[in-house]
Amino acid sequence: MGRKVLVLAELKDNKLRNVSFEAIAAAKTIAEGGEVVSLLLGESVESLANELVQYGADRVVVVEDEKLAQYSSDGFSQAVLAVVEEEDPEAIVFGHTALGKDLSPKVASKLDAGLVSDVVDVEVTGGNVVFTRPIYSGKAFEKKIVTDGLIFVTVRPNNIPALEKDESRTGDVSKVDVEIKDLRTIIKEVVKKTSEGVDLSEAKVVVAGGRGLKSAEGFKLLDELAEVLGGAVGASRGACDAGYCDYSLQIGQTGKVVTPDLYIAVGISGAIQHLAGMSNSKVIVAINKDPEANIFKIADYGIVGDLFEVVPKLTEELKKLKVNA
Amino acid sequence: MNIYVLLKRTFDTEERITISGGRINEDGAEFIINPYDEYAVEEAIQVRDEHGGEVTVVTVGGEDAEKQLRTALAMGADKAVLINIEDDLDVTDQYTTAKIIATYLGDKEPDLILAGNVAIDNGTGQVGPRVADLLGIPYITTITDLKIDGDKVTVVKDVEGDEETIETTLPLLVTAQQGLNEPRYPSLPGIMKAKKKPLDELELDDLDLDEDDVEAKTKTIEVFLPPAKSAGKVLEGELDDQVKELVSLLHNEAKVI
Repeated sequence: MGRKVLVLAELKDNKLRNVSFEAIAAAKTIAEGGEVVSLLLGESVESLANELVQYGADRVVVVEDEKLAQYSSDGFSQAVLAVVEEEDPEAIVFGHTALGKDLSPKVASKLDAGLVSDVVDVEVTGGNVVFTRPIYSGKAFEKKIVTDGLIFVTVRPNNIPALEKDESRTGDVSKVDVEIKDLRTIIKEVVKKTSEGVDLSEAKVVVAGGRGLKSAEGFKLLDELAEVLGGAVGASRGACDAGYCDYSLQIGQTGKVVTPDLYIAVGISGAIQHLAGMSNSKVIVAINKDPEANIFKIADYGIVGDLFEVVPKLTEELKKLKVNA
Repeated sequence: MNIYVLLKRTFDTEERITISGGRINEDGAEFIINPYDEYAVEEAIQVRDEHGGEVTVVTVGGEDAEKQLRTALAMGADKAVLINIEDDLDVTDQYTTAKIIATYLGDKEPDLILAGNVAIDNGTGQVGPRVADLLGIPYITTITDLKIDGDKVTVVKDVEGDEETIETTLPLLVTAQQGLNEPRYPSLPGIMKAKKKPLDELELDDLDLDEDDVEAKTKTIEVFLPPAKSAGKVLEGELDDQVKELVSLLHNEAKVI
């Protein structure tokens, strides 16, 4: 049998986001041999469709419209719903990104469907598709099933591994025309505040700073370390409240929850609210001058010392490693 | 202006989570207004003070949520509504909650609805946008600024750290992101006044809803705690050597760089 699954692809800076490939992998599990159809929305995006096939989509549906050049819940929901009506999938997968979080409840509401948000694992047991998701910002987890109708989920970036890219895979790419009308919210201006490239929620490496950085100037110390590692910079609430950095960098129970491969906590004491946002990272490094700091209780590796000495040395040492590699 | 705030009672962020009998153990836990909903309450009060009107806070839950509603009234909200589902529903999800709230708001002609962008317990962020869709009004999530001029609304939305300035019109639903404002603490006179402010309690019957109308579409089958992380290795020796050892461990042992 198997299920037909529709997966929404997502772009950032005109490139497919990694979470789109992870969503395809989740869809493959849900599909149990059924067809995985990827949906690509934008102004001029058809050329990207093939990459979705290479990551496991069986087929790609493309909707192109100038009104889809920028995300809006009205525009994107019209496109998604039109394709859902035509394809009649048994399951839908979005990424749990800013876009996915904003769009999925509206689409679920229109389809009179349930929605399991922020899924970190998918398994099929005894005919049920079971989803694991964090609750209380990762202090606990729950397993959920859909009891009625359409299976609709959003998957958290960085948790479900994408399939290996296979450049020999081929699949049909078709274009669908959808009339997009009545956009009630209009984006007037976009201010880029994040650095190019690595998004905090998708980063494999996160370098996070706390009050120990002492100033906005001190906080900049982390940029170079993050850059050498190809990672993103995050922060504790303390650092944000003190004005060392923007609130958009905050990791914790209020703020972002991240699960990178490597988390380096610099000058962060480790309040329970902060731990909730990062303790499920694979490897945690703590750098703090206070040997009693809470953060050492969950760190895999710790250095007790003055971060203003440790961080530059660490950056240098990592640069050497990179040169030798 | 007719302003509504959707509010949820959640565990205090200080609380450790334990499980008993397959459920999150609530015994002895402290509860608070969901922190993101506090921003929504604060913003609602500021909008009312600038443009006039009335702020009503609404929650779906049990008797216990009265405390959080009183706190919102003490902050300055005018009225509170508790939709008590304790006796009617065992299993709920965001579909359930949104449908109940939208049914309640259906004949209230709200101009502006505010909610937190996510609740820190279940963390789905679904209820706000679902309510907006059911009411047929636009919504903008994760906002950090709100300006209203007549029917015209200008909002700044946080998109993973970048900022979008968005124009739209009332009626509107917005969900609050950190940075929107600094929520006030209830003042002592505020707390005294709150005791006399109206707090209505409704049940599904009062909304002409049956349990079947709002039956959840998803179900939790298991709750568990993540494996406890134990303290690892604190490095020793000269700082230069520690740093070298750390890089070597990350590269060769943990294999993350």
